[in-house]
Amino acid sequence: MAENVTNVLMVGVGGQGIILASDILAEAAMLAGLDAKKSEVHGMSQRGGPVFSHVRFGPEVHSPVIGRGEADVVYALERMELLRWAPWARPGAAAIYADTDMLPTGIAAYPADIDDEIASRFGRVVRFDMRELRSQINPKAKNTVLLGAVSMLTDLPLDAYAQAITELVPPGTAEANLKGFEVGRRVAASALGVRLESETS
Amino acid sequence: MALGIPEPGTDARVGSQAVARKVETVRKMLSGNEAIALGAWEAGVAVGCGYPGTPSTEILEALIHYPDLYTEWSVNEKVALEVGLGACIAGGRALVTMKHVGVNVAADPLFTAAYTGVNAGLVVVTADDPSMHSSQNEQDNRHYAIAAKLPMFEPSTPADARQFTRWAFELSEGHDTPCFVRTTTRLSHSKGVVDDVDLTIKPAKHPVGVDQNPAKYVMIPGHARGRRLAVEARMGELARVVETHPANILERRGSVGVITSGVPYSYVREVLPDASVLKLGIVNPLPEQLIRDFAASVETLYVVEELDPIIETQVRAWGITCHGKDTFPTIGEFSPEVLRASLGLSVPASVPDGHIEVPPRLPGLCTGCPHGHVFDVLRERGLYVSGDIGCYSLGVLPPYRIMDTLVDMGASFTMAHGMDIVLAQAGQSHTERAHVSAVIGDSTFAHSGITGLLNAIWNKRDGLFVVLDNGTTAMTGAQENPMSGERMGHENSTHVDYTLLCRALGMPEENVAVVDGNNKALIAQTIDELAAKPGVKLLAAVGLCIMEAKDLSKSGKLEEKKAWRALELSAVCKGADRG
Repeated sequence: MAENVTNVLMVGVGGQGIILASDILAEAAMLAGLDAKKSEVHGMSQRGGPVFSHVRFGPEVHSPVIGRGEADVVYALERMELLRWAPWARPGAAAIYADTDMLPTGIAAYPADIDDEIASRFGRVVRFDMRELRSQINPKAKNTVLLGAVSMLTDLPLDAYAQAITELVPPGTAEANLKGFEVGRRVAASALGVRLESETS
Repeated sequence: MALGIPEPGTDARVGSQAVARKVETVRKMLSGNEAIALGAWEAGVAVGCGYPGTPSTEILEALIHYPDLYTEWSVNEKVALEVGLGACIAGGRALVTMKHVGVNVAADPLFTAAYTGVNAGLVVVTADDPSMHSSQNEQDNRHYAIAAKLPMFEPSTPADARQFTRWAFELSEGHDTPCFVRTTTRLSHSKGVVDDVDLTIKPAKHPVGVDQNPAKYVMIPGHARGRRLAVEARMGELARVVETHPANILERRGSVGVITSGVPYSYVREVLPDASVLKLGIVNPLPEQLIRDFAASVETLYVVEELDPIIETQVRAWGITCHGKDTFPTIGEFSPEVLRASLGLSVPASVPDGHIEVPPRLPGLCTGCPHGHVFDVLRERGLYVSGDIGCYSLGVLPPYRIMDTLVDMGASFTMAHGMDIVLAQAGQSHTERAHVSAVIGDSTFAHSGITGLLNAIWNKRDGLFVVLDNGTTAMTGAQENPMSGERMGHENSTHVDYTLLCRALGMPEENVAVVDGNNKALIAQTIDELAAKPGVKLLAAVGLCIMEAKDLSKSGKLEEKKAWRALELSAVCKGADRG
């Protein structure tokens, strides 16, 4: 395993915006002057199936994929997908997830104690209560909201995120996404018990 | 051999004199596919063509945004390769892209293009799909380079993909041969940093003018025998070139040596950071002396290659001892963990196990997809369905479970035809044989369905053939096709009229029906009516792709497309009033 490489595994279901979120994270790493790689698969299995994107950044990155037990952060826009990819997370890895449930076809009910299991298996956990946040964010910006939490757990400068978001989100949505990113940082700060720099000044 | 590609950081906009001024170049995160497009543009490509196929599709979708070149989706890969070859003979460099199985379709012109040579550079991209993320087989297209006697580059990273594409054009033009660039899903769909991108350059082009030389381009046996010698002489030249080509890189570290290429190189660096590595950027021909010297300089030699033991077989044939497929799998994509497991290295621990069993999330047709109506009707009637390649292949999965065969592009009609022959030989009447049907998508119909339809009509068979026409090539991300009324770049164009086509192929008009794909009752009624008739019948169920509709809705073009689809269902487009 390469040293000083940060591994963020981003997962969800087709159409949720995983690819854009991972593009933003990799772009931010590149803008910060680091080497970065990201990997995903498009095509048949993504028609309503799981979608994943591996993002790796650091001084020098070789493999575009994260191996099992190597992810520092798992970012999930759907709860069950977080558990699907848990074997890719290293012991003590952080989990950032939206409490969104998308029931796979042919499954009767969603597991009841999924939040408890996530809390018991992962290290630091940032759970986004999407119902509670509904009044604060544009639902389409959910992927950048959760990126705000990634920014609290990885070491990239905030202006790199801001520039990457501005460059990559659809025209006319930069403001909503930047606002969502800030909301994500506040939620993560509260969950992690840390203070945001902006609050100290 | 140089194509006039400016070195990074120099200004070549006004030709070779002005190389002194430093210009601003940028770093970009590019996918392997986007990097191939960038490299092709920098190499002065004039024509980009291909047929969509995962994981190759995004190459042309990126190339279309560059200036001073032409792009097209061709009807199929064979046609694309011939368009590319013709462009080259007329003096325009061409990039032809396809997925691995597309090369099977294009193999006919490919093997003889090796004989004719190219005039201007011709680069053929084969995008292989180890692990079959989106394919019907896992063929290793390095075999094609050997079989057709063509050089093949294999990049490891997006930065390589850009540089190797430029080198591929140089090698192609310098040695008058088509040249392969092989990518795989993992490279095509991975992004990495590409440095020194300058979009203000004006790439130098090949001089235009048709190269008239029948002895070289008219491959009658007498000429082909002469060119056969040229092919062998060229491979001899290339065998010398690859010994010192900068695409082949030697990284000297410890006493364990690894020969590798493509994306597996990055896994080797990850898993065996202390190994000496011979990274082969050109996988055909292989550099014999370089490999012999490398093998002699290490204590243990591994060949790390995905899929077939192609490098390993050649290395062993040279009498060199190595580990290869005795250690690493032949099936499926590699990863750092596959290499660790193969080498018996420890695998990193994961988060602790939990008790919740995560159910599979199977792919399926989009909610509201018009194909679902046809599938429901076919299932309700218990028909046997000869299927084809596209989104609708998902009809084999729950909840529809209605597909019985799927082999290759266009095989739905033709395999149903074969079944019809044998069932008729057994004495089944045409109504009994009507339990065998065939379904195909609109783009696949244009790709290679029409020839099968013609064959069935001409050979006086019986059969119910259904075209699931959603007005786009949906599986690969909504590309234009000859049935959709648009060509590449959403430019309005012609579209095939099913009724006129079928009549022209010799089918009675009453055997053709074009119906609204969202009207399940009408689909059911029409299928029952058609199934009762003798001969070949064609039903086109015309609807709108849900995914494309979402995109069109965002860009404000949905109503225009809906109107176009409605027109196809009108009497005018059914051909009835065109007599």
